Amino acid sequence: MISEAWPTASVNWMKYRWLYLVISGTVIFCGIFSLYKWRLKLGVDFTGGTLIEYKFSDGKKQVFKYSPTDEKDLEKIRLDFKNQKTEEVRFENVGPSIGPELIKKTITAIIISAGGILLWITLRFKSFKFGLSAVLGMFHDSLVLVGSFSLLGHFMGVEVDFLFVTALLTTLSFSVHDTIVNYDRIREIKKKSGGELYDIANEATSETMVRSLNNSFTIIFMLLALILLGGETIKWFAVALLIGTVSGTYSSPFVSVAILVTWDRLEKKLRKI
Amino acid sequence: MSPLKKIILIFILFLVCLYISLPVKKPSKIKINNEVKLGLDLAGGSRLVFEADTSKISSEKKASSLESLRNTIERRVNLFGISEPNVQTSNFQGKDRIVVELPGINDTKEAQVLIGRTAQLVFAEVVEIPDKDGATPSASLKPTDLTGADLAESAVTFDQNTGKPAVSLTFTKEGGDKFAKITGNNVGKPVAILLDFEIVSAPNVQEKIVGGTAQITGSFTLDEAKNLSIQLNAGALPVPVKVVEERTIGATLGAESISKSVVAGLVGLGMVMLFMIISYKGLGLVADIGLIVFGVITLALYKLIPVVLTLPGIAGFLLSVGMAVDSNILIFERFKEEKDKHSLVSDALEISFGRAWDSIRDANIATLLTAFILANPLDWNFLHTSGPVRGFAITLALGIAISLFTGIIVSRNLLRLFVKERKEKK
Repeated sequence: MISEAWPTASVNWMKYRWLYLVISGTVIFCGIFSLYKWRLKLGVDFTGGTLIEYKFSDGKKQVFKYSPTDEKDLEKIRLDFKNQKTEEVRFENVGPSIGPELIKKTITAIIISAGGILLWITLRFKSFKFGLSAVLGMFHDSLVLVGSFSLLGHFMGVEVDFLFVTALLTTLSFSVHDTIVNYDRIREIKKKSGGELYDIANEATSETMVRSLNNSFTIIFMLLALILLGGETIKWFAVALLIGTVSGTYSSPFVSVAILVTWDRLEKKLRKI
Repeated sequence: MSPLKKIILIFILFLVCLYISLPVKKPSKIKINNEVKLGLDLAGGSRLVFEADTSKISSEKKASSLESLRNTIERRVNLFGISEPNVQTSNFQGKDRIVVELPGINDTKEAQVLIGRTAQLVFAEVVEIPDKDGATPSASLKPTDLTGADLAESAVTFDQNTGKPAVSLTFTKEGGDKFAKITGNNVGKPVAILLDFEIVSAPNVQEKIVGGTAQITGSFTLDEAKNLSIQLNAGALPVPVKVVEERTIGATLGAESISKSVVAGLVGLGMVMLFMIISYKGLGLVADIGLIVFGVITLALYKLIPVVLTLPGIAGFLLSVGMAVDSNILIFERFKEEKDKHSLVSDALEISFGRAWDSIRDANIATLLTAFILANPLDWNFLHTSGPVRGFAITLALGIAISLFTGIIVSRNLLRLFVKERKEKK
C-alpha cells in the first residue's frame, strides 16, 4: 500500500536526531513520571491474593479480587456465590511468595537475553557499537511499554500480570529483530560503497522503511484482531504486544541507528582533538 | 533438483501434514494424537503449587526427601484417575516447590486434602477370618501402633543369602521395641506394610526380630527396591507442605477462549493475506500460499511433538505468523529494487533471495535466542520453569523455525516456477 507512494529518494533521516530524542524523551519521561507517582498496578500474580471470576445466570461475567484473606472468609464468599446459582469459571489463589520470585526471574531473563543479544550482534557486525546501540534500543522499548502500562493502570485500572511479563520479553526480541534488518543494510552498503556512517545510515533507513512498516502492519493486524475478538483474558496482553511492536518499529532507526550515528560522530570529533 | 520436483515434494509434505492436522480418525497403527493437547487454561483444570518446609531436614538428606515427597504426591495424584496429571519439582532461592497440574479437576479442596496429607506408613497384623462354611478363608488387616514415626531410615541393601536387592529398615529405639513385640506375636504369619493405606509389601515373619532393624526381601528388581525405600523414607520423613498457589479454570471458560482466539486468528490471518495481495499482487499470493503451508505444518508439528497449547501459546503462534510474512516482505522489497538492475527477472529473484537471507538469518537467530531463554529447555532454576511464559516461547520458537522453511524454501521454489512459466508464455 505505502510501498507505491513512498519516496525512495534519499531522506536525511539522521538530521532530525534531536526530534527523535524529544519524542522518545517525552514518552519515556511520562512513563517514568507515572511509574514514580503511581507505580504499576500489580495483579494477584505479584501481590498475592485471590481472584475469582463468576458467570451469572444471565450470562454476564464478573471478576472479583480479594487481598490475601484467610481461608474461612474465602470459603464463605465462595459458598455465598454458589447459593446464588452463579458458576465459578475461574479461581486463582496466589501466595505472597510468588510475586518476588516472578520479578527476580524476569529480571534474570532480561539480563541474559540482553547479554546474549549484545554478544550476537557484536559478533555478527564485528562492532561493540552496533551491539550496545541495539541493546539500548531494546531498553528504550521496555521502558516505553512499562511506562505505558503504569499510565494505563492509573487511568484505566489495567493490572500487570504474568502475561505482561511475557509481552515485555517478546518486545525485547522483536525490537532486536527489526534493528538487525536495519543494521544488515548498513553492513551491506558499507561493504559495497563505503562512506560516512551518517550517509550510510540515511540510505539504509530509506531502503528498509517500507519493509519495516509493512512488517509491522502484518503484526499489528494480527494483534488488533486479538484485541478486538480474542476475549478479555488475552486483551491486555495483546495491547502490551502492540505497544511493544510500535515502539520496536520506531526504535530501530530512530533510537538504535540514531545512537550509532551519534556515537560514531562523537568518536570522530574526539579523535580530531 | 528442478523447482518443479521440489514443489511436488513440498506438496506431498503439505498433504501429509494436512492429513495429520485434520481431526479425522487415523488408523490405529499410526500413533498420532487426534487432538492438539490443550493446557489447563484452555481445557479447564487445576494447578496447585505446594511449598515444602525443609527447614527441619539436614541438607544432605534434602534431595532424597524432596524426591520421595514428589513420588508420594505423584502416587496420590494418580489416585484421582485423571488422564495425564503432571507433577514436577521446582526450586528457587532455597524454596522447594511441587507443582501439580490436574486437567479436568475443578474441586481443588478435595485435591488439596488428599495431596497435602503427610505420608502414612503403617505396619499391620494380618488377622485371618475363618470362613463359616469352610470355603476360602479371608483376611483382614489390624493396624499396629508401629508407624512411620518409628522409622529412622530406610535404604537399599542386598540379601546376604540370595544376593538379591532388598530394603532395609532402621527403627528408632521405641520403634525397635514395638517391632520386636509384633514379630514375636506373628511368627510364621505375614505382617503387612501399608503406605497411605495401600499394601506395599507383606513379608512373612520368620522369627522374632530384636535390635531395631529389619529387611524386606522379595523378588525386587533394583529399581523396585529403590522406589520402595524412597517411599518408606517418605513415610519416615514426611515433609510438611503448604499450598502457595492455586488456579482453577472452568472448562467453559477454556472453550470460550479457544473459540474466541480461533476467530481472532482467522480474521487476523485474513487481513494479513489481503494486505500481502494488495501490497505485492502476484508475489503476495505466493506469500499467502506459503502462509497456508506454514499453518498446516505448524498444526501437524503441534500434534507430533506434542506441544501443550496454552492461551499465551496461541498468541505466540499468531505472532510467529507475523514473522513468517516478514521473510517474504524482506525478499519482495529487495526484489523491487533488484528488478530494475537486472535484465532477467529470474536473476533479480535469485539475488533478492540471497541478499535478504543474511538479515533474515541474523534477525531470526536473535529472536530464537530470546525464545530459548523464555522456554528454558534445560530447566534452569533461575529462569521461569513452567507456566504461560514457557508455552508462549515454545510456539514462538517453533513458528520461527517453520517460517524460515516456508518463507524461504516454499516461496522461492514457487516463484522460480512462476517466473519460468511466465517467460515461456512470452
